[in-house]
Amino acid sequence: MTTEAPEKQPAKKEEQEESFVKLFLHNLWSANTVVVTILSIFLALLIGAVLIVISDSEVLATFSYFTSRPSDALTASWDLISQAYADLFKGAIFDPAAVQAWFDGSGDWKTALNPLSETLTYAAPLVFTGLSVAIAFRGGLFNIGGQGQAVIGCVTAGVAGFAIGLPAGLHLVVALAAGLIGGALWGFLPGLLKARTGAHEVITTIMLNYTATLFLGWLILQNGVQDPDRTDAVSKTIESTAGLPALPQPLRVHLGIVLAVLVTAGVAWLVNRSSFGFELRAVGVNPPAARTAGMSVGRTYIKLMVVAGALAGLGGAVQVLGTADRLTGQVAGNIGFDGLLVALLGRNKPWGTLFAAILYGGLRAGGNLMQVDVGVSLELVTVLQALIVIFIAAPALVKAIFQLRDARTARLGTSMAKGW
Amino acid sequence: MRGITKRFGDLVANDHIDITVEPGEVHALLGENGAGKSTLMNQLYGLLQPDEGEILVDGEKKVFRSPRDAIAAGIGMVHQHFMLVPVFTVAENIALGAEEVRGGPLGWLDRRRSRRDVLETSKRYGLPVDPDALVENLPVGAQQRVEIVKALTRDVDLLILDEPTAVLTPQETDELLAVMRSLAETGKSIVFITHKLREVKAIADRITVIRRGRTVGTTSPDTSTDELAALMVGRDVSLEVTKTPADPGREVLEVSGLIVEDDRGVRVVDGVDLAVRSGEVLGIAGVQGNGQTELVEAIMGLRESRAGSVVLEGQNLAGRTTKQVLRAGVGYVPEDRSLDGVVKDFTVAENLVLDLYDRAPFGNRFSLNPKAIDESARERVDQFDIRTSSPHSTVGTLSGGNQQKVVVAREMSRPLKLLIASQPTRGVDVGSIEFIHNQIIHERDVGTAVLVVSSELDEVVGLADRIAVMYRGRILAVVSPDMPREEIGLLMAGVVTQEAEDTE
Amino acid sequence: MSGVSTATAEELAEATAPDRFWNRQRRLGAALVIIGLIAAVIFGALAESATARFTISEDAEGAALSINGQLGAILFGVVTIAAGGALLAGVAKRWQTVLLSLGIVTFVFSFLCWQVAGKFLPLVDTASGSLELALPLILGALAGVLCERSGVVNVAIEGQFLMGAFGAALVGTLATSVWAGLISAVVGGVIIASLLAVLAIRFLVDQVVVGIVLNLLALGITGFLYERLMQPDALKYNSPPRLPEWRIPGLADIPVVGPVLFETNLLVWLALALVLVIHFGLTRTRWGLRTRAVGEHPTAADTVGIRVRGLRYTNVLLGGVVAGAGGAYFTLVSTGAFNKNMTAGAGFIALAALIFGRWTPFGALGAALFFGFAQKLANYLSAVGSPVPNQFLNMLPYLATIIAVAGLVGRVRAPAADGVPYVKS
Repeated sequence: MTTEAPEKQPAKKEEQEESFVKLFLHNLWSANTVVVTILSIFLALLIGAVLIVISDSEVLATFSYFTSRPSDALTASWDLISQAYADLFKGAIFDPAAVQAWFDGSGDWKTALNPLSETLTYAAPLVFTGLSVAIAFRGGLFNIGGQGQAVIGCVTAGVAGFAIGLPAGLHLVVALAAGLIGGALWGFLPGLLKARTGAHEVITTIMLNYTATLFLGWLILQNGVQDPDRTDAVSKTIESTAGLPALPQPLRVHLGIVLAVLVTAGVAWLVNRSSFGFELRAVGVNPPAARTAGMSVGRTYIKLMVVAGALAGLGGAVQVLGTADRLTGQVAGNIGFDGLLVALLGRNKPWGTLFAAILYGGLRAGGNLMQVDVGVSLELVTVLQALIVIFIAAPALVKAIFQLRDARTARLGTSMAKGW
Repeated sequence: MRGITKRFGDLVANDHIDITVEPGEVHALLGENGAGKSTLMNQLYGLLQPDEGEILVDGEKKVFRSPRDAIAAGIGMVHQHFMLVPVFTVAENIALGAEEVRGGPLGWLDRRRSRRDVLETSKRYGLPVDPDALVENLPVGAQQRVEIVKALTRDVDLLILDEPTAVLTPQETDELLAVMRSLAETGKSIVFITHKLREVKAIADRITVIRRGRTVGTTSPDTSTDELAALMVGRDVSLEVTKTPADPGREVLEVSGLIVEDDRGVRVVDGVDLAVRSGEVLGIAGVQGNGQTELVEAIMGLRESRAGSVVLEGQNLAGRTTKQVLRAGVGYVPEDRSLDGVVKDFTVAENLVLDLYDRAPFGNRFSLNPKAIDESARERVDQFDIRTSSPHSTVGTLSGGNQQKVVVAREMSRPLKLLIASQPTRGVDVGSIEFIHNQIIHERDVGTAVLVVSSELDEVVGLADRIAVMYRGRILAVVSPDMPREEIGLLMAGVVTQEAEDTE
Repeated sequence: MSGVSTATAEELAEATAPDRFWNRQRRLGAALVIIGLIAAVIFGALAESATARFTISEDAEGAALSINGQLGAILFGVVTIAAGGALLAGVAKRWQTVLLSLGIVTFVFSFLCWQVAGKFLPLVDTASGSLELALPLILGALAGVLCERSGVVNVAIEGQFLMGAFGAALVGTLATSVWAGLISAVVGGVIIASLLAVLAIRFLVDQVVVGIVLNLLALGITGFLYERLMQPDALKYNSPPRLPEWRIPGLADIPVVGPVLFETNLLVWLALALVLVIHFGLTRTRWGLRTRAVGEHPTAADTVGIRVRGLRYTNVLLGGVVAGAGGAYFTLVSTGAFNKNMTAGAGFIALAALIFGRWTPFGALGAALFFGFAQKLANYLSAVGSPVPNQFLNMLPYLATIIAVAGLVGRVRAPAADGVPYVKS
């Protein structure tokens, strides 16, 4: 991506006073990272709105006589879209009615806080898988294997959660550690192959994703794992000693989100302030120079994939120990692939990834309400998530659409692995 | 070409350049590295578009949007980095873009005819090439012939040769010059880009000198070498490095019987023995691609050696990692600065500790010490005259010369036993060259053993106290820098004369 | 210009290469000996000493090839060992591929003898089932060949399948024409391909990122429209006609081959024809030469006047056509209705087939058939209640690809400029 040097600000004295407002607008309209991000979200919502309208037969019907009475079609469309997006907001952040009720005393604080709780519940595992992808990116590796690593993390954490008996607290730590180690092992393999044979991590991690899912599908049907009371593919439930502590029902938010913030801080330190971080960043942008300076590129790749795998594995563990409580074929959902989007949206920075995960968690939580309330399928959220990242990844596209001036946009994917 | 101007951001690569090439002449385009010669010619070939100015062919104004237009106008170009597809055969490479086809819209390749065309052209101009050989298996000299044949099969009137002799031995260079001469005699014009004065004087009909993006004059080959050099670099430069005679001490580095293979398994270092003593500069002269790169990489632990030993003050370095070699007191200025020397996205400060980040005071095994890194960076920036707005600017924003100073500063800021500098001034401006040369001599004077590898004979002669000439993976002779250049040139071409054997 | 990180890793591999004795051939030999031993000892021991029947005719009682299961498992295992031994002993290089194929095929036979002992395996059904399962993989992998040989990485095959399958179901139903469905499948594939092309070539977004995101986009859009339109009113929106099976008289009567190849649907013939067309197109035509040049060394192609980006656009879109047709398989051939995420990773198996087939049309065909066979076998085994879990057989394509890219069995090499956007300097 071409990044032109920012234009020099006019420094002449006589212009200074009147140009303050101008300067503000000027900066606002320049395509910096924040603006591009906001506009990307806006564009995604816009396209989503079109999808909502064209897929609604009742509203579509009003378009059939658009020329004679356009107001019908426009009103119907507007009502549908505004209601859907209002639900998205209410489901993700807060519902003014519920908050009102809380203050009135007619409702309780749990209902008022439920949307936020849902958002953070969905966000927690995404933070881990997002960080997994982001840290690998910084080291020049494209970890598409977050999904597989998370699945293995689910498996090891889940099995540790129901197969062993330990006192509360300790059991949780052991189960989390099991998830972490499982993910790390699943990350170690592509790292080792990359370092030893040059096998491209994109290919190996894609393949390991499906391998992990098939393994999970086999495992939950085995004796000792499958819930003896059920015939379908569902495992036993984890012991309560291994569960992540949560707020009282019906709120689902659990300790995982706190853990996520702590781990984000840890990853931020690791990338920016540690010797290993220095190595991985050097290897990420210029492996030959890193090698010439005495770093071992191969060993860095292996360590990096172990760390990335461990993070994704922890994400899987949080999913099982925090919300799912048992293994099913779909226990990991799409958290690995969503983590990829989250990392891209967070521009591979640890704190950026955290915020991106919360945004995606919010979309998911709001999507649930949208589906229940106006019947707009939850799949719309997937579309929105993908669109946001497409626009983020192609800032030139956003700039072209909005005629923005060029400015420094955080470059996306400087450290991305090129080609196979 | 009239008033050609090309800018890259703030940098003006070409500033209103005028140049006229007559039919049947060999026109040399002379200038330092980075003077803007290739940029100018890339515009003539349609790879870049000028911001201002116009191109006229036979008096007619032309706009070249792509090489396709330039080719149509009868212009051919042999690039400095060959534009050949490695996995294609010679015939396929030559046919590419101008394929002989049958079967109309299907575009069925007529391989027999392509092959015949190649052989015909090759015979007509006396440029032997094998149409069925895979390009990746050919030596560079042969690849260059393929490039020239490729241009000639397209019926060019004007052939641009961009630094064609950089990878050739003096003898191959002579052959190439002869080919150029005979092409000019058939009425074709040739633009010959180079920075080597001797070649210019040998072949050119006219010479245009470019400096910092501007034409500084068009002269005839009668102009003296000194005058041309002065035109090229803009002031009277002393090609010599001022230094006192060396005071060599004990042997620091001893390489014996070293055998190294390249990535394809070809033996490129074939039994090298050499010794570098403290307080002396040993220069390795040789045409690029004769095993110098791999020799240095083997010493540095960047490449595995098949046999032989590398001993640094009694310690065997063979089989050690690069980190261990660096820690043993070896400083290394790699030949490809932007690939191996610096991390462009890192700041100056970070680049200055690229190999020291996990040692006190800059950090330990676990964490970095940003304060110490910063402080040291400020010192180095002053000491080595690195022109940067701040130690926190990324290295990519610095000029080539300043980037190289960062590398030199990093490698010389710790106590060394041995300094290895490969092509230390490639792509570096004149001012920085002097500075870097002086730093190298300074390092010698404090008693470090120095190994300089350069394909610029002038640089080796200027810096070295002894010169080892490398050819096809062997050291042919170790000679004194006072030896006549012609003799060293012959050695570089693999011709061992009586005198050279005597000096050893 | 080319992928820097990959290059270094490869150099690294060179640097740590083991000593000369364990060259590739010996490693392969050793691997064959080991799997041969597994076959002869373990399969042999576990196999029932009963007849394994491989039936040729369509009914279970008709003509069949029979062998005692235990004997067969051991015998074939021994042949595998022998093939491995020959490689270990160091035979001439030209025999390497033959021996390797022999070793793998006999290993599979040994496995089959163990599994089929006391039962029967219908050969015709297995062959035509494998081909049918391989069909989308062939088309998907060919789409990948078109893109990647010109230097654009295509991990969006899955998304192209989904859009193709969805388009075929929707338009096929609305127009009540299977041909309209097929055409819309192609359009669906091209939509995703054009997004891939514009984002990767024009906007220089990392191609793997684009591919992954487009897969999610396709998953989201088709899933969304499925739930909004098709689920509530399947009859109106989601009941496309199926592709008819055609029978070529005469040829269809050849045993085994006839019913498999000559009594089938148009898409199979199309896929097989495309393998030939793309193979000869790449190796023998001007388009192919230029495509390969653009994928290997775009700058060189540019300097001889080839429009690098233009050619890449063309090829990516052509790839979209082929992958979209592959998507039609899911709705017009296989199930007869669209379902959410119905491709379930087939696009990635196609990607695996592309890589395993070393970016060549015939390689892709071979890999796709092999993967199709593995899937069919997995279905068969779970149907006969074999103790071998079908999940592990389904892992085979993925594991085989990992082994291939790791260079454990011959080295696969992508086009040099694959995934590297072309930017004029």
